Amino acid sequence: MRLMLIIAIPFFGALLPMLLARAGRRACAIATGLSTLMALVLLLSHAPVISAGQAFAVSHQWVPQVGMDLALRLDGLGLLMAGLILGIGLLIVIYAYHYLGKDESLGAFFTYLLLFQGSMVGIALADNLLSLLVFWEGTSLASFLLIGFWRHLTEGRQGARMALIVTGGGGLALIAGMLLLGDIAGTMTISELTARREAIQQSSRYPLALLLIAVGCFTKSAQFPFHFWLPQAMAAPTPVSAYLHSATMVKAGVFLLARLWPVLSGTEWWFYTIASMGAVTFLLGSVVALFKDDLKALLAYSTISHLGLMTMLLGLGTEAGLIATLLHLLNHAAFKGALFLTVGIIDHETGSRDLRNLGGLWRILPITGAIALLGLAANAGLPPLGGFLSKEMMLEAVSQVSWWGQPHLLTAIAAIAGTFAVAYSARFFAGAFLGEPGADLETAHGPSWGLVGPAALLVVSALAFGVFAQPLAEPILQTAVRGAMGNGDAPTIHLKLWHGVNLPLILSGVAILGGGILAGTFDGWRSLLKRRLAIEGQRVFRACEWQLVSVSRHVTERFHGGSLANYLTWFLVGVLALGGLSVWPSGLRSGDRQLLPINVLALLLITCLAAACLMTILLHRRRLLSVLMANVVGLITSIGFIYFSAPDLALTQISVEVVTLILILLALYFLPKETVAEASPIQRWRDAALAGLCGAAMFALTWVVLSSDGPTDLANYLIEQSKPAGGGSNVVNVILVDFRGFDTFNEIMVLAISALIIYALLDGAMHGAAADKLDHWEHDIPRSPEKHPAMFISFTRALLPLALLVGVYMFLRGHNQPGGGFVAGLVVTIALIVQYMVSGYQWAAERISIDYHSWIGWGILLAAGTGVASMILGYPFLTNAHEHFDLPYLGSLDISSALVFDLGVLMTVVGAVMLALANLSRLGRRAERAAQKAAEAAKLLDRGE
Amino acid sequence: MELLVALAVGLMTATGVYLLLRKRSFPVILGTMMLTYAVNLFLFSMGRLAVNRPPVIQVGGNGYTDPVPQALVLTAIVISFGTTAVIVTLALRAFLEAATDRVDLAGTTEKDSAES
Repeated sequence: MRLMLIIAIPFFGALLPMLLARAGRRACAIATGLSTLMALVLLLSHAPVISAGQAFAVSHQWVPQVGMDLALRLDGLGLLMAGLILGIGLLIVIYAYHYLGKDESLGAFFTYLLLFQGSMVGIALADNLLSLLVFWEGTSLASFLLIGFWRHLTEGRQGARMALIVTGGGGLALIAGMLLLGDIAGTMTISELTARREAIQQSSRYPLALLLIAVGCFTKSAQFPFHFWLPQAMAAPTPVSAYLHSATMVKAGVFLLARLWPVLSGTEWWFYTIASMGAVTFLLGSVVALFKDDLKALLAYSTISHLGLMTMLLGLGTEAGLIATLLHLLNHAAFKGALFLTVGIIDHETGSRDLRNLGGLWRILPITGAIALLGLAANAGLPPLGGFLSKEMMLEAVSQVSWWGQPHLLTAIAAIAGTFAVAYSARFFAGAFLGEPGADLETAHGPSWGLVGPAALLVVSALAFGVFAQPLAEPILQTAVRGAMGNGDAPTIHLKLWHGVNLPLILSGVAILGGGILAGTFDGWRSLLKRRLAIEGQRVFRACEWQLVSVSRHVTERFHGGSLANYLTWFLVGVLALGGLSVWPSGLRSGDRQLLPINVLALLLITCLAAACLMTILLHRRRLLSVLMANVVGLITSIGFIYFSAPDLALTQISVEVVTLILILLALYFLPKETVAEASPIQRWRDAALAGLCGAAMFALTWVVLSSDGPTDLANYLIEQSKPAGGGSNVVNVILVDFRGFDTFNEIMVLAISALIIYALLDGAMHGAAADKLDHWEHDIPRSPEKHPAMFISFTRALLPLALLVGVYMFLRGHNQPGGGFVAGLVVTIALIVQYMVSGYQWAAERISIDYHSWIGWGILLAAGTGVASMILGYPFLTNAHEHFDLPYLGSLDISSALVFDLGVLMTVVGAVMLALANLSRLGRRAERAAQKAAEAAKLLDRGE
Repeated sequence: MELLVALAVGLMTATGVYLLLRKRSFPVILGTMMLTYAVNLFLFSMGRLAVNRPPVIQVGGNGYTDPVPQALVLTAIVISFGTTAVIVTLALRAFLEAATDRVDLAGTTEKDSAES
């Protein structure tokens, strides 16, 4: 349970900064810091037991059908990774609080940061391939938000998008690879994979799974040829770069390779894929870094290079390689994090991070300079820092392996890359801190402790990992290696700075000397190497992106160039073609069901329907008439429902028909009353032909279905269960409120949302161009001289209680007889609207004091409440209880909890429909007032003349 | 009788499609209404037709028609009311803002009228 909390705390903590955004920056930062600290303390409380060689595990079923469990396992490797994430995370929170400007949305920033942190810890602790993937994608999404945090910067948005596409695309490959791996192994649990190593590696699908997983890891850890997104992501605020792009997220790929190391490593496939790409990236990154003037870009390539180093080491497949990787993982997080934070300080205090502008900062920022010096020394691998230790181990490990049959090739590559690492580190320090200060740097001032503190702490630990290697770094490393390899196999580790004069030491010396010379003479030969290799990947990416966008835009515009008719024509032709293809070549055949006899009334009705359809089309330019004709069609449909044993449908259709008519008439008040003839005869005939084809197709389909028998199992089952299980004899209503109650619940949500959309649309019309138009409204049709006819008024007022009673009756009997919440709601609505219509809005609004917004809200709450109540009682969501009562005078009564649910439906329906109509009439009143005023003014003008 | 219902579905579909292909918002709205009628009747008829057999359980009832399509269509009617109301309002607001009720984008207007 405590393991779950370690992940849950960042995720739940992510809510706090958003909620506290108004309480101020400090509150946001404290909430974020405390969440991180709590998770860290909880994590470290497991450390003593884990360093004794134990592991903690917890597992909950998530989607058992596919073997997906929320399984967590904390071992030494996970402890190292999660410790880095949370520990550095805490420092980043402090740094970011001081780094980001006063007017920036710190709440959003910290929310993203915590979401990232939670996902990242999830990767470190996950023990199920599928749940690891969920967290993996989580980090991609959160990093997208963080890189693009400065939304106003084009580079920020582009960088965020590129990172998301590259790492997200790699994530897809990873999903495929993980599924393959799980399928080969027969388990999705990571800790069970090791035991099946032999079977996995002998499978014919092993190379494919390995390659796919490698693509996922390479994209995440910015390995060649996917490395180009990382320099682009440097548009992020520096705390993000320090956290995501040096210490944690880019290590996720390395971590996953280390996690799967005992399972997948040791084959030729593994060695040549992982080690080769790692070596290429190692060399490429450190060479390119030397040519970068932007300090962040320099560090980005340096990070790429170090990630390549770790990947290469893992690729070796030897124990020495794994140990060196894990030690370097720890060291790199410390010194590279510190270096990024230093660049952030330089940028923050001087406004520049370009080596061509900077210089002489040693005098202005001495503490920052010292931090940078130590960090760079570790980066270059100088003694006595931790970076030296891991570099020596790397050289030692590499020198024992031959690559493509060449025993010294890999060692040579490592030595060259190391030389360049010394060179760019030296160039960084000399360019920024030595020499004369630039003219505009004089105003720079000393940074606050909140910026320097975190950087200093990181660099001190980088120093301590070297100086106090034995008491400090060794136990951490030993625990991590044990976690990575399993207890029995892990060797005992001895760290020391001095090994005597051996090959690695000689190579280090050569690198330091060579690097110094390279850096010293850099300006002289720089112009010789103008072409930059690393831009290529980016250029290819951009070109592909541009091509894709332009192709899809071209295709879209071909079909959907802004003309609805055009687009619908394509769509309908497509549907007809697909439909035709699906029945080709056998064709549709009518069945042999016994048909119902045709009677005279039916013939009469279908004639009316045909006539009404025809009239709707012919009269469609005279809008009022065509609406009425369309309504005739609707009414004939409801007669059909009554005849064919669907009383509920008929009731609903009739009441909806009335409400729709009122709504359309209200809208027509504003819209033009006539449609101008625009289409050419050819166009009209073309449309008519298409419409005819669609009609014929629907006719054929309906006929085929109706003339053949269908399955009746489900119908019979529901009819049988209606009374015993649902407590009602109206099966349709029981399905709605009980068997498929969740559908109905979602449906009233849709209704509520559409009412709110309507409200927003109409409320917005009270401002701007629309309001202007309303205020200068002139009636385009003559008005009736008598606004509220007395006979109507007295009649409808007398009708109101009766109509409401009908509504109540419909509602109460709904479970057993035709009726129910929907119909009742519509009946009540109509009863109310009639009052508005006949007596005027003013009169009605004064007497009907219903807040329609809250009716919608209460309706949904009531419906949800019945569902939740059944959950509290231990039944599934929306289980109904029903009871039979014999009441004096009223007779026998069945009360079901579905009645409460149906009441919610009723309230939502009333609220939603009334909200829409009341707001439409609000627009009407505004126009009415304007028109009246205009008329009065005209009258006055007449009199004056 | 089945033939007549199929005919009704076909007629309403054809009317709906023709109106959908018009260029002004109001006929398009009517078109969607017509299509809704057609689709609802089509869905309903998936339970086959029966006379005097409403799915309301009673003593001595002579069989019941399929209640499932009815429940589906009942919600469909209410939902389509919601969507119709939204597009009606959308058309209204668009007309008030833009002073035209064309359903095409402004850029294509000239090209279309040149064609017709």
